[in-house]
Amino acid sequence: MGPLVILVARRIALGLLLLLAVSVLIFIGTQILPGDVAQSILGQSATPTALANLRRDLGLDDPAWLRYFRWLFGVLTGDLGQSLANGQDIATEIGHRLGNTLFLAFWAAVVAVPLAILLGLVAVRFRNRWPDKLISGVTLASISLPEFFIGYVLIFLFGVKLQLFPSVATVHDGMSLLEKLNAIALPVAVLTLVVLAHMMRMTRAAILNVMQSAYIETAELKGLSAFKVIFRHAFPNAISPIVNVVMINLAYLVVGVVVVEVIFVYPGMGQYLVDHVAKRDVPVVQATGLIFAAVYIVLNLVADVVAIVSNPRLRHPK
Amino acid sequence: MSKELEYLSRKVVRGLMDRRAFMGRAAALGAGATMATGLLGKAAMAAGAMKGGTLKAGMQGGESTNSLDPATWASDVPIAFGRTWGEPLVEVSPNGDLDFRIAESVEPSADARTWVFRIRDGVEFHNGKTVTAEDVVATLQRHSDENSKSGALGIVKGIADMKADGNNVVLTLDSANADLPYLMADYHLMIQPGGGMDAPDAGIGTGAYKIAENQPGVRHAGERFANYWDADNRGHADSVEITVINDATARLAALQSGQVHMINRVEPKVVRLVKRIPGVSVKNVSGRGHYVFIAHVNTPPFDNRDLMMALKLAMNRQEMVDKILQGYGSVGNDFPINAAYPLFPEDIPQRQYDPEKAAFHYKKSGHSGSVLLRTSDVAFPGAVDAAQLYQQQAKAAGIEVEVKREPGDGYWSEVWNVKPFCTSYWSGRPVQDQMYSTAYLSNADWNDTRFLRPDFDKIIIAARAELDPARRKDLYRQAALMVRDEGGAIIPMFNDFIDAVSDKVGGWVADPSGGMMHNKALIKTWLEA
Repeated sequence: MGPLVILVARRIALGLLLLLAVSVLIFIGTQILPGDVAQSILGQSATPTALANLRRDLGLDDPAWLRYFRWLFGVLTGDLGQSLANGQDIATEIGHRLGNTLFLAFWAAVVAVPLAILLGLVAVRFRNRWPDKLISGVTLASISLPEFFIGYVLIFLFGVKLQLFPSVATVHDGMSLLEKLNAIALPVAVLTLVVLAHMMRMTRAAILNVMQSAYIETAELKGLSAFKVIFRHAFPNAISPIVNVVMINLAYLVVGVVVVEVIFVYPGMGQYLVDHVAKRDVPVVQATGLIFAAVYIVLNLVADVVAIVSNPRLRHPK
Repeated sequence: MSKELEYLSRKVVRGLMDRRAFMGRAAALGAGATMATGLLGKAAMAAGAMKGGTLKAGMQGGESTNSLDPATWASDVPIAFGRTWGEPLVEVSPNGDLDFRIAESVEPSADARTWVFRIRDGVEFHNGKTVTAEDVVATLQRHSDENSKSGALGIVKGIADMKADGNNVVLTLDSANADLPYLMADYHLMIQPGGGMDAPDAGIGTGAYKIAENQPGVRHAGERFANYWDADNRGHADSVEITVINDATARLAALQSGQVHMINRVEPKVVRLVKRIPGVSVKNVSGRGHYVFIAHVNTPPFDNRDLMMALKLAMNRQEMVDKILQGYGSVGNDFPINAAYPLFPEDIPQRQYDPEKAAFHYKKSGHSGSVLLRTSDVAFPGAVDAAQLYQQQAKAAGIEVEVKREPGDGYWSEVWNVKPFCTSYWSGRPVQDQMYSTAYLSNADWNDTRFLRPDFDKIIIAARAELDPARRKDLYRQAALMVRDEGGAIIPMFNDFIDAVSDKVGGWVADPSGGMMHNKALIKTWLEA
């Protein structure tokens, strides 16, 4: 396992380096946002003295590189600073929101990933026959519709007409797990519909690719059932592209769901970020940007590592 | 007493009829005003605010940047939540009277420069302390400090001296102001223990509900405060909840599916559909808020009076109300006051759409080329449509208006009050003086039409000090005429506030000061069993 550990360690080190580079980009990005921070905090009626005082208090007079390192040091020691808009500690606030976002993403993934892979396997088993066409048709239709549209349709059907699930998915601490799951049923359904097609199509394509191989023919000639051939022989060799696409979709579930959050009134990271961008609340924007970047990098790292582990050729490079 | 009157009074109490209409019907039935009012009070008690349950509102206007510090409030959710846990000295009742809260009474000196508020005995903060005159003074002091960034700074900065005197708070003003008690009704001025100096966002007040949960931009909840001083009239539900639902469709769905009992800001274009939903009723009230096309009258070409008049005459107000507000509003007359204000000058003729006269003034102005109008969706709902509609209306008068759509982000800092001609809105103020002082005095904080007229300032300041209502009304009439004929505001319409409420809610009384009963719905209404 020696070379594998080194390989994984190298990947992690690269990931950290990338994160550092991203942190520089985020910092530069927030610096070139138009508008003065002190001015946007104090509003139009601020006096010049008050502005100068606030700039000094926030350390805005220091050169940018110094502010960057001060911020970076804070982040490394777990101090994300305070929100400029309401003075709350960012780490606590984000912790709450991130927890909610991960909760929603987790349950959406629990439903979507197995379902997508299963549907992909079924599609391969019955390829070019009606189950395959039905699965492809439905999933492609659901990915082609904008998510807010799917959201409104589900709200109308299940929230308003049938009243099976709540249309407002706000979760809070006073709720039991079951209540929370009931609350997020509709957003989970929407997210599932949105990410299903991508993963399903990739599973189907990857396995079909493997199905061309000679050893599959051997398996078939041995008289194995079609499903066993696909699941036991073809699937393991198709894992690495599938994992890649699954990870991309998981990352999307964490960082890209602001529209779903707004429609279902779900207190996640997306809405939080948008609110603070509107108020030019730079520390919050930096912190959320960094977290989103970290999510992407970590998930891609996982995908890479899984791909390496599942592929002997990558595991034992010449 | 006639059966009909009784029936009508119950209708008012259930919010199916407004107070003014009731008084009209009562007069028609031959009942005197005193009797009618008495009847109304009786019905309100008889319908018997039911106690208990959890009253839930779904509201637009909350962000995760909101704070519990009253000085920072600017949007509906923090204000509505604030009214559940805090109270100012006084409030303005739906019919425009003072409703005494922390203050029990108020007395002006003869020259309206010194005002004495008597603090109500035995009002308790949520932390168990009793409200004292010192708490009130400290609160006002905190808001008059520039560092507090209070939205009420403009209101309290005219107070030269404030001091506690036993149970009284004595305010001495820089100059006389007959409307001072109304200014104290401002929602920023929630009385906090020690003025909130140590912890402005502690969320401790004297309101009917204690804060149970505060998640800015997501959800706010309160539970009944056992020692609330006015428990007979307010705080009927055991607990209240506000869920922030900024998406209009989601808000309506939440009401329809019964997850909330009331929602604010129903879009005019869907009102017809909402009225068909069983178990839900639409509550609209014409308020003091208005949509406005703002021109800087000190900047060319708008400093040309003939051009300004041409632009005003080229506005088809009725069409604006019909098409932009779908009829849920009333036409404006180019001054920022309507009949919802006390001392409204009702004899000023309504300005009509007159393309020929507009063309005459336009020609006389000597202006050539197009007039650039900036607009954005955030200026008011339908602002871009309104600008384009105006473009067509002006075309009939031979005036070419060029409409430029600006991004919503930054509109209030880069365009409004900066560029010479743009669309905007004003929410109303409780009294005329406050509206003019905020936006039309030469030294006003937001003089967005650059109306710099010493003669106008003199009228407003004279009216402020005038205690005789008849003379005061006449001064306001002069002021209105000046703004209407020489000012830079083209005011096509006053918008209605439109809420939608479940039939389970009792005690709804529309309030022209704002939507959601001026954000007091959660404390004043109740759940019917």
